[in-house]
Amino acid sequence: MLGAAMLLFWLPLVGAGATDKPTQESVPLGEPPPGLALFRWQWHEVEAPYLVALWILVASLAKIAPRVQAGLLDFLLFGSLISAVDPVAVLAVFEEVHVNETLFIIVFGESLLNDAVTVVLYKVCNSFVEMGSANVQATDYLKGIASLFVVSLGGAAVGLVFAFLLALTTRFTKRVRIIEPLLVFLLAYAAYLTAEMASLSAILAVTMCGLGCKKYVEANISHKSRTAVKYTMKTLASCAETVIFMLLGISAVDSSKWAWDSGLVLGTLFFILFFRALGVVLQTWVLNQFRLVPLDKIDQVVMSYGGLRGAVAFALVILLDRTKVPAKDYFVATTIVVVFFTVIVQGLTIKPLVKWLRVKRSDHHKPTLNQELHEHTFDHILAAVEDVVGHHGYHYWRDRWEQFDKKYLSQLLMRRSAYRIRDQIWDVYYRLNIRDAISFVDQGGHVLSSTGLTLPSMPSRNSVAETSVTNLLRESGSGACLDLQVIDTVRSGRDREDAVMHHLLCGGLYKPRRRYKASCGRHFISEDAQERQDKEVFQQNMKRRLESFKSTKHNICFTKSKPRPRKTGHKKKDGVANPEATNGKPPRDLGFQDTGAVILTVESEEEEESDSSETEKEDDEGIIFVARATSEVLQEGKVSGSLEVCPSPRIIPPSPTCAEKELPWKSGQGDLAVYVSSETTKIVPVDMQTGWNQSISSLESLASPPCTQPPTLTRLPPHPLGMEETQVPLDMSSDPRSSFAFPPSLAKAGRSRSESSADIPQQQELQPLMGHKDHTHLSPGTANSHWCIQFNRGGRL
Amino acid sequence: MGSRSSHAALIPDVDHIRRETGFSQASLLRLYHRFQALDREEKGYLSRLDLQQIGALAVNPLGDRIIDSFFPNGSQRVDFAGFARVLAHFRPVDEEDATIRDPKQPEPLNSRMNKLRFAFQLYDLDRDGKISRNEMLQVLRLMVGVQVTDEQLESITDRTVQEADEDGDGAVSFMEFTKSLEKMNIEQKMSIRILK
Repeated sequence: MLGAAMLLFWLPLVGAGATDKPTQESVPLGEPPPGLALFRWQWHEVEAPYLVALWILVASLAKIAPRVQAGLLDFLLFGSLISAVDPVAVLAVFEEVHVNETLFIIVFGESLLNDAVTVVLYKVCNSFVEMGSANVQATDYLKGIASLFVVSLGGAAVGLVFAFLLALTTRFTKRVRIIEPLLVFLLAYAAYLTAEMASLSAILAVTMCGLGCKKYVEANISHKSRTAVKYTMKTLASCAETVIFMLLGISAVDSSKWAWDSGLVLGTLFFILFFRALGVVLQTWVLNQFRLVPLDKIDQVVMSYGGLRGAVAFALVILLDRTKVPAKDYFVATTIVVVFFTVIVQGLTIKPLVKWLRVKRSDHHKPTLNQELHEHTFDHILAAVEDVVGHHGYHYWRDRWEQFDKKYLSQLLMRRSAYRIRDQIWDVYYRLNIRDAISFVDQGGHVLSSTGLTLPSMPSRNSVAETSVTNLLRESGSGACLDLQVIDTVRSGRDREDAVMHHLLCGGLYKPRRRYKASCGRHFISEDAQERQDKEVFQQNMKRRLESFKSTKHNICFTKSKPRPRKTGHKKKDGVANPEATNGKPPRDLGFQDTGAVILTVESEEEEESDSSETEKEDDEGIIFVARATSEVLQEGKVSGSLEVCPSPRIIPPSPTCAEKELPWKSGQGDLAVYVSSETTKIVPVDMQTGWNQSISSLESLASPPCTQPPTLTRLPPHPLGMEETQVPLDMSSDPRSSFAFPPSLAKAGRSRSESSADIPQQQELQPLMGHKDHTHLSPGTANSHWCIQFNRGGRL
Repeated sequence: MGSRSSHAALIPDVDHIRRETGFSQASLLRLYHRFQALDREEKGYLSRLDLQQIGALAVNPLGDRIIDSFFPNGSQRVDFAGFARVLAHFRPVDEEDATIRDPKQPEPLNSRMNKLRFAFQLYDLDRDGKISRNEMLQVLRLMVGVQVTDEQLESITDRTVQEADEDGDGAVSFMEFTKSLEKMNIEQKMSIRILK
């Protein structure tokens, strides 16, 4: 195919100037086939008229040859600016196409790094043009080449310096989180300006700044700041791009700025394609000598076709001085056409091309612990083997760099608390747990305590084998450790507060669950981030529950959290989530590794600790969702205003079948839509009514139709029941917000719990405390997704 | 490499090794030189001590296991053939090999299966054909760098084993191991270009 394409390219070239066309076009005469010939090559018969016609064609083509008055240097200048691949255009196009990472990084990386080359070449040629071609000396060429290195390396160095500064300053911004996005923007922009000032490559500076600081800044800054930065950057980028292309369009229409020359335009279009392909082929040939996995033809096609020109070329051409470069207008017109052509034609057709060529796409496989672990193992193995062989290969250097980074850089640039918790295997594990927990509960699973509960685990009503691991774990009924036990992160008090706050606040309004998968484009935030945040919230929740149990065990000190204004309807990402987010997910897994059912590790530990935990809950402020009667967990959750509490308003009726009860909204479908039923309002304890009403009103817009099956259980007045619990020092009176505490004594009972926490905003149904009978827990603002956590205390009926 | 090629003759059993490992002449020579460099006392074989002298290997969490893999069956010395055999696992996979290989011959040492088998042996210390939970725990302990408590490590281990374990025996057999890594590009991940 390529051969045919090349042949096609050759033809006009031939026609345009060569004189020896006939030979190239002739096809070797084949032998006349025996029998009736359907097709015969009759070259010699048409030779003469053919030649004549071709000559005429050539002459007419020559008419459209460029009539531009420009010398060699001018064309060199033009060439230098038109050949640069533009990062903006490339990113815009490739992000939609989802080619494999290698290809993407090759093209995109090229576009980023060639800024230095473009800038240098442009400046050099510009100054040559200004000096006049007669005055250019040999030393100037050498200086030009030297300046190439200076500009690129200098720009990179500037970027790295600012990256270092940025990482260092964000290390200390724990108490002033609000300035973190500012710092990121300003320092990155400062890198750009500094490089511009020193006439170094500014794009390289910014790129290196981002590359260098990402790891540390991501660990240091709060979750909110990360979100702020991310969204703002995307918005700004979008705006800037729009403006640039608008300018391009306007300039195209404003004919005073350009002059049309067909020959130049057509020639340029053809040659950029041709020479790009040529350059790619040559360079990959060289590269393949050094690559483990060579770049094959398909890759090369995509690479050459994906070289889009964009705004950089246009900006540079506009900057030309008309007095020095008389052909500027022709250049402008050509540039506009080239940019339009590459962006529109190539940009539009690259996706079908990729599909047709069956280019390897990027695979978004779900991370598994095994893969993560084995990847790391293989890295180490390979590094070791490289050592044995005595070859300082890629792995060796990578290992060395990682060690250096671990020993010096990370310690210097990452916040202490963040530094301790970063580990990739742990991250994957954490995320998997959350995902499983959420999906499991989504299916209506029950959370049972794992202390050999007598209650048989009920399969969830809508349990579909969603995640294999979930099912596997469930079936194997193993004593998989539910990480609730092992949740133990040494975090600072503030982090914990943040976590709690975030958790509680997240209990607030969550968006309804997305039914679609947002495409990961430049203008969308990837879904993963959302899910992750959801999970963090959920996990936070669970963690908090268990923290109380573990507090005595692990000496985690809780600090009071300050009340925070409730933020309605916004997605979690508060600074609270920060610790999780930044610290690479603290190991608070809500180990929903089910064992027959999701089992909170609460189990025996809780029961032992429940007593001690009792004493700890002095100030029960805020929402207290005691997983099992330990309310001090919730002490941290101080939430002002109506809160977050309340997920499902399920009150398990005091019947032995309570364990089988499912949340009303679960009946029928697994659709955990938002219900804010009026009934639920009734079950809200009086002192929480105001808070409840507030949340309801704020949820008006989000509320979906009220649940069809009003929980019959909700009729039971939880409040008095709750109050009955003498053992439970419910600080309801003192606490203007909703707070529920489950009596610790209940924890002791063997019980089966199914946890369900519905979206707060959507399912603002309270789970009132059921006396000692049943407890339905309010998970404090657990995740937004529709998972429900029900705590059924069946045993206690 | 005029002077070097004469050394090829010095390598004992060079043809046999070449057939077995599939290395090119140049690579084999390079390995032989490395072998000799490691073999300080010119014994003609390598002992564990020689390999442990390699500095970088000491800080590698899997260094010991790698060294052990050179000494199969509890022997205490490895000759050049064994050395080359182990390293052959890391030869990049040739695309053409797969097609023109004679199916009756044993798989080349650098096939995907053999690479995986090698990796599997690094986990399975007691060579019982399964990675037990304990073995997985040990590996995880090595790999998870950060200060993770024991319980957390245990839960990770459990989860890891459960992810891979299909027949529910609480251990990961070789087939399960292979299956859990089917998405990973082993041919690329476990190859060193220099050994082509």
